[in-house]
Amino acid sequence: MVGFILRRIAVSILVLLAASFIMYVLAANAGDPLQDLRDSTAANRDQLIAARVAALDLNVPAPLRYFLWLGGAAGCLIPFAGTCNLGLTISNAPVLDILPTAVGSTLQLVTASFVLAIVLGIVVGVVSALRQYSGFDFGITLLSFFLFSLPSFLVAVLLKEFLALGFNSFLESATSIPIWVIVLLAVVSAVVWQAMIGGEARRRLIVGATAAAATVALLVYFNVTDWFRNPGFGPVGLLLIIAGVVVIVTALIAGLTNRRALIVAALNGAISYLCFFLLQGLFDISTPATIIIIGLVAVVVGLATGYLLGAPDRGMTARIGGLVAFLSFALVILDRYMQSWPAYVNNPRINGRPIATVGAVTPGFNGDMWITGIDSFTHLLLPTISLLLISFAGYTRYARAGMLEVMNQDFIRTARAKGLPERTVILRHGLRNMLIPIVTLVATDVGALLGGAVITEKVFAISGMGQLFVTSIQRVDVNPVMGYFIVIAITAIVFNFLADLAYAALDPRVRVVA
Amino acid sequence: MTQMLPEPANVDAPVPADERDTVGVSQGRLVLRRFLSNKISVVSGILFVLLAIFSISAIGLGPIPGWWKYDYTSLNPQNDGGAPTLSVFPFSLGEHPFGQDRIGIDYFAMTMRGIQNSILVMIIISFVGTTVGTVIGALAGYYRGWVDAVLMRITDVFIVIPIIVIGAVVGRATGGLGVIPLAFFLAMVSWTTIARLVRAEFLSLREREFVEAARVAGASDARIIFKHILPNAIGVVIVAATLLAASAILLETALSYLQLGVRPPDVSLGLIISDNQSAFSTRPWLFWWPAVFIVLLAVLVNFVGDGLRDAFDPRQKRFSLRRTKETSASSTTAPASTQARVHPETPSS
Repeated sequence: MVGFILRRIAVSILVLLAASFIMYVLAANAGDPLQDLRDSTAANRDQLIAARVAALDLNVPAPLRYFLWLGGAAGCLIPFAGTCNLGLTISNAPVLDILPTAVGSTLQLVTASFVLAIVLGIVVGVVSALRQYSGFDFGITLLSFFLFSLPSFLVAVLLKEFLALGFNSFLESATSIPIWVIVLLAVVSAVVWQAMIGGEARRRLIVGATAAAATVALLVYFNVTDWFRNPGFGPVGLLLIIAGVVVIVTALIAGLTNRRALIVAALNGAISYLCFFLLQGLFDISTPATIIIIGLVAVVVGLATGYLLGAPDRGMTARIGGLVAFLSFALVILDRYMQSWPAYVNNPRINGRPIATVGAVTPGFNGDMWITGIDSFTHLLLPTISLLLISFAGYTRYARAGMLEVMNQDFIRTARAKGLPERTVILRHGLRNMLIPIVTLVATDVGALLGGAVITEKVFAISGMGQLFVTSIQRVDVNPVMGYFIVIAITAIVFNFLADLAYAALDPRVRVVA
Repeated sequence: MTQMLPEPANVDAPVPADERDTVGVSQGRLVLRRFLSNKISVVSGILFVLLAIFSISAIGLGPIPGWWKYDYTSLNPQNDGGAPTLSVFPFSLGEHPFGQDRIGIDYFAMTMRGIQNSILVMIIISFVGTTVGTVIGALAGYYRGWVDAVLMRITDVFIVIPIIVIGAVVGRATGGLGVIPLAFFLAMVSWTTIARLVRAEFLSLREREFVEAARVAGASDARIIFKHILPNAIGVVIVAATLLAASAILLETALSYLQLGVRPPDVSLGLIISDNQSAFSTRPWLFWWPAVFIVLLAVLVNFVGDGLRDAFDPRQKRFSLRRTKETSASSTTAPASTQARVHPETPSS
């Protein structure tokens, strides 16, 4: 094992050196880094050119300049020595200073969409596999083909033009959701739900009618209370939603017949519901750290109560307790954010048009953590949706194929034959095995995350890694391109390595050849 | 008792039919038949070819003139703010069916040129990329040892760099040379997936008896690789090539959108979207026409690729409408019909 890891590291370093050399020479020869100065009409033009040539060593041929760059970059291997030098950009800023901010905004951008894409993709893929060849499966397959074929810049531009402008104009002028939107959404939800739940015609009809009625009721409620201007769950709504979470989590993981699990879930739901009343004053003066600490306490309490009360299957009830605590506490926090929504929308800097189409924050916008949180949300909403739509399709396909393969295995038949409930067969025997290849896929994708969403960042003017790369390569600015490259290459190599190790650790059939 | 008698006959009946289907049919015919039975893929393939012919015949290619009166570079006087004149009922093209861009160039001609370029880039990337990838994968998989180690490390070098990144660098450097050189250079960095797939296939095929037999008969390495092993790996190659083709279309449009691919005065669908997205609210057609054709091209190629994958690898069942109807008609029977047929003796619970 140690031999395998050492050999792998040695090979990785060689690969990294070769790849960075190719990248450097290609980037350096991609154009003329002095173009903007040659075109300028400034009086001291020649002086500026000489200064840039000196600063970036442009008189050294590219293959040799690579080794100058490599010498500076090698200093980064010595921790805390301050010898790290990734060179200067074309405008004389050290690359080492601009990289962390770029990594920060990229992480802020991609994290939510990444997590959502995995969760939604797996859920939809699994349902699609369990309803193989049904209308739902057909619809999802067509949808994923369509999403595969959709260039990200198209999605981004469409979201900007329709979702953002449409919603903002709706908030500004319209008084209520138009009837045709309500009817359309009701029909869509009826079709989707009956296809997902499945069954014979009668059951489908009931499910569809219920879904449509619920959608209409919800939208009419939104209209009556002017929800989009004054959103919030309210005490009654929150109670209903938390009750729903309690029932769904219990039904999925343990089944409603398991009384202990239901009690644990209800207890944790109740604790969060109490937090909603008791902690509002504390929330008003909170920082993100406070919220995280309270949330962690809630989850730990959930795990502990589950462990203490769930006598025969402590692990399972502990999971239920933790999950319910997490979800219902998240709902309480979400409600607190919604309470700040009117203040945000009516802020003079926002001026009633909340959904932003460029940037990551409103310039010069200040406020407490709730208001600034909403500000990031409105800015990151569109790019997140656009990234989500594209990566969602891939995970759906993988989850569907994996689930189909697992559910045809012999051990699934054995599990059914020994009388396990279908829920246990699917979640414990099927889903867990399907997740093994997905885990390695996720590890590989995390490695690619830092590369940023080159096009999405460009369209939404978010100054992350992708934006840094595109602007630098357009100006033939080699050092930031290499800084970008070195970050993404190292994370890609490390996470590919972790993916291999994870596979070996999770699947005992896979052996690492030492 | 009397009612049970017909049942075994029913179960047995399809089996000879299946055998009669498979016996005496070559692999190629089998694949072709499976592909042709997939209606969506066949229709997609036909539509794709028609679209290619349409775009080439409309504005011509190189020295060949097309039937459309405008080209994609000349300026024309603006009619009605450049709005599209296409009308479906009654059908008439009008002066500028897709409208005109801000400086009066005929948008139909521009869009057709963009389609041509997308298809051209797609064909070059998938053809050159597949050839390079297949040769590298074949050599690595056949010779193993140090050849494999060196070639696969080279592949790793290219896989480390995301394709959009290396494509941007290559595009920045070579985009000015024209579409064909750009496509060639992009192909030089997009062969890695195919190389890995072909290598895996060769690693398993080279251990088979027919390779041993060929070697004993005195066949040279080149002959074994190209005449004996490669035809058996052709399914993997073709499927990977179509998938590469679909991603090539998106790669080219994305790079052109970033102004790092095809350069003006030549036209790419991505480039004209990038140029005109600021005019979305005033001249939406400048956005919609190229957008529709990018998605159409990519969807068609993806469907053809899916049909091919289905045809070459029947174990990995993909979606087909016909099968849905069959199973939903008899949804009470076993969900895994394939498995039931493989093991007819095991009753599906």
